[in-house]
Amino acid sequence: MDLEAELGVIAAAHGGTGEPVLHPTRTDVVVLRRGEVVVKAHSRRDDAEALRLRVRAAASAALSGVLLPPLRPDVLTVAGRAVTLWPAGAPVAHDELDSAPWEEGARLLARLHAVPLPLVPPLPEAGGPERAARAVRRMPGDGPVERLLRRAFEELPEPEPVPGLLAHGDWHLGQLVRRDRWLLIDVDDLGVGDPAWDLARPAAWYAAGLLDPAVWERFVGAYLAFGGPALGDGADPWRRLDLPARAVTIQLAAVAVVNAGREGRELDEVEQSLVEACNRIVRA
Amino acid sequence: MQCPKCRGTMRTYERNGVHIEQCDNCRGIFLDYGELETLTRMEASYHAAPPPPPAPGPAWGAPHGGHHYGHHRQRSWVGMLFSS
Repeated sequence: MDLEAELGVIAAAHGGTGEPVLHPTRTDVVVLRRGEVVVKAHSRRDDAEALRLRVRAAASAALSGVLLPPLRPDVLTVAGRAVTLWPAGAPVAHDELDSAPWEEGARLLARLHAVPLPLVPPLPEAGGPERAARAVRRMPGDGPVERLLRRAFEELPEPEPVPGLLAHGDWHLGQLVRRDRWLLIDVDDLGVGDPAWDLARPAAWYAAGLLDPAVWERFVGAYLAFGGPALGDGADPWRRLDLPARAVTIQLAAVAVVNAGREGRELDEVEQSLVEACNRIVRA
Repeated sequence: MQCPKCRGTMRTYERNGVHIEQCDNCRGIFLDYGELETLTRMEASYHAAPPPPPAPGPAWGAPHGGHHYGHHRQRSWVGMLFSS
């Protein structure tokens, strides 16, 4: 039986009914939904022990109402892959960006960051910085764009030490689902770290000129209004955002370069504006 | 008081703390000592009503004026909003 079929059987064993549907996601991850049950086969790259800690934390009462709790607090092994089980929820509609729940995302991140660490089981480091480093490492080529991105990444300043808080590690609009309310999903990078990294993607989009400033201000304004602790007193959000936003800009550009290479095409206008932002980063 | 120009009768007005003498005949205006400075100050503070500050951002940020964010339907933008 192949992996997909096995995931379908596991979903059924946990109450999932109806036809199994594959959810489009990263190439190294398989997400299968069967009715009310979602089964996720994690990347072979992921550290299974770290994932175990993360899933257990997601099941803890301290994160109730913030992060989607798993259907079971452990990690299964199927065909050599770590597999987790989750209740299904409705994602943000891709064709309704004008009504995307930016404030809800900001509110959930503010709540997540404010959870006192002693209330959750021990966790590994949040995955944001490592994701950025990995994206840069994975660029195969050595053209001018690749060299620019590597240089921009190497020249990033050392981070100022900040107290580690609970952080999602990989936040974007795909990390929200709605059940009776909006919740954060995906524990793969959940951990302890600088929570400003969770705001860094929208910050990078804004700095690249891609995200409407009004949307950015709604997002960051809601984060501060809900007491989010990642930005100091909030008087100058960019003091804490600058470094993670630079790193994530380079990460997004590196992912774009890899995607374009795989698809055998040039960078499009959106991707090009990320590279231009990296150009400004090395000059700033 | 008589108008120094046409000898008409000057009438005194007070507007926002500024004394103005105006001639009923030729409509000419006379200002007391210091009143011109008061008007200049008021004008300056009127014009200095600040333009909205530019959206704050990092030193390396894109200039945000004049964008129309028309890439909203572009596949790579939507993909990036929703995936790692």
